Amino acid sequence: MSANNDTISKTLIVTISLCVVCAVLVSAAAVGLKPLQEANKKLDKMTNVLAAANIETEGQDINELFEQKVTARVLDTQTNTWADDIDPVKYDEVKAAKDPAQSTQLSADQDIAGIRQHARYKTLYMVKKGDAVETLILPIHGKALWSTMYGFMALKGDFNTVVGMGFYAHAETPGLGGEVDNPRWKALWPGKKVFADSDTSNAAIGLIKGKVTPGAKGAEHQVDGLAGATLTSNGVTNLVQFWLSENGYAPFLAKLRAGEV
Amino acid sequence: MAKVTAKEVLTTPVVENNPIALQILGICSALAVTSSMNVALVMSLAVIAVTAFSNLFISAIRTHIPNNIRIIVQMTIIASLVIVVDQVLKAFAYELSKQLSVFVGLIITNCIVMGRAEAFAMKNPPGISFMDGIGNGLGYGAVLMFVGFIRELFGSGSLFGVEVLSLVTNGGWYVANGMMLLPPSAFFVIGLMIWGIRTWKKNQVEAADFTIAPNTK
Repeated sequence: MSANNDTISKTLIVTISLCVVCAVLVSAAAVGLKPLQEANKKLDKMTNVLAAANIETEGQDINELFEQKVTARVLDTQTNTWADDIDPVKYDEVKAAKDPAQSTQLSADQDIAGIRQHARYKTLYMVKKGDAVETLILPIHGKALWSTMYGFMALKGDFNTVVGMGFYAHAETPGLGGEVDNPRWKALWPGKKVFADSDTSNAAIGLIKGKVTPGAKGAEHQVDGLAGATLTSNGVTNLVQFWLSENGYAPFLAKLRAGEV
Repeated sequence: MAKVTAKEVLTTPVVENNPIALQILGICSALAVTSSMNVALVMSLAVIAVTAFSNLFISAIRTHIPNNIRIIVQMTIIASLVIVVDQVLKAFAYELSKQLSVFVGLIITNCIVMGRAEAFAMKNPPGISFMDGIGNGLGYGAVLMFVGFIRELFGSGSLFGVEVLSLVTNGGWYVANGMMLLPPSAFFVIGLMIWGIRTWKKNQVEAADFTIAPNTK
């Protein structure tokens, strides 16, 4: 290393040229790989929608299967009507949730899922049989122990019976709260009822401590808690109850049931 | 530094001069990404790539780097490489990149990369520096795989996601050791491993910094 490297001009030349080279390299990688990354993200979401609806994806082309079976439609959660002027393919929900003009703010007592605000427009997915909705897939999210968990919940055409549930993004403790990804636990959800008989504005479904006794009172609304993960379990209960109650999708589900939308 | 051969710089960091076991560098990420072997493997490959290429580039311009901004120059090169690796992972191994999440980005602060840049690449020609990068990456990877093997086997009863010990939660007999899945367990595993290596290779034992005074009471 020669001493003349330490002159001001040499320092500037090295710094500037290095920055230019690195900037070009990084931007080239980011721009060049963007289409592939976007495709991956889309594919990941589709896979999760299909998984929540209990549609077998093994060995099939996800894109094609999704096209065939699932219709996406955007819901306006303030008026509880379809907002068909918004294209579900282009709409970015995560971005919209941060924009006050496009989101709904929640007061502390409403906000049991710990999300503070959510996007006004939500993309819902449906599996249709003729004109009737066979499965309705609702996006849900909320805070658990370490992270905000994002997932889907699929309901049958009666908008009460669960078809499937799963999270596609979370950062809970592996082996404890991370067991939300365990297929055996997820298999406990199908068949559970969201609402207790008459009350269709407040979800009764939730996790309990320990195992559910079959036949016990309310067993159809209960799912086994995750062993060693009380806070994650509470988080799951809170977010499911939030999204299926008055401040979530319940008013819209009531409309659907009455055939108003 | 005496003249070194390519074979030496490639193989000595794996056991004799292991960056984690002897130099005690890069422990932080070794705790975070070793709960399953898949993740540990991808992390190892990422670190090998970054260490090798950062050594190569830094060594290539080492005679032009002004001494007083050399750390910043090294960081810029390392950071750029890490971003590129992160982007590539997101494009070609999306599932794994989701699991690795922030830890790929944190390779920037991995002491091994910077340590090798400063200790080796600044003083040696590009070819041998590149090899040194691969060697140290391999050393890091070897430890990661070892720790990952133990943690995944006892923590989730599987290796590379394939079930080896059938778990009670899946109807088997093995009660998983939940602690193995939490980062602190890697401290125990790495600690025991260093003990093992130093018992085997006595020359790695460091001289005590001080002697403990006899109890005055």
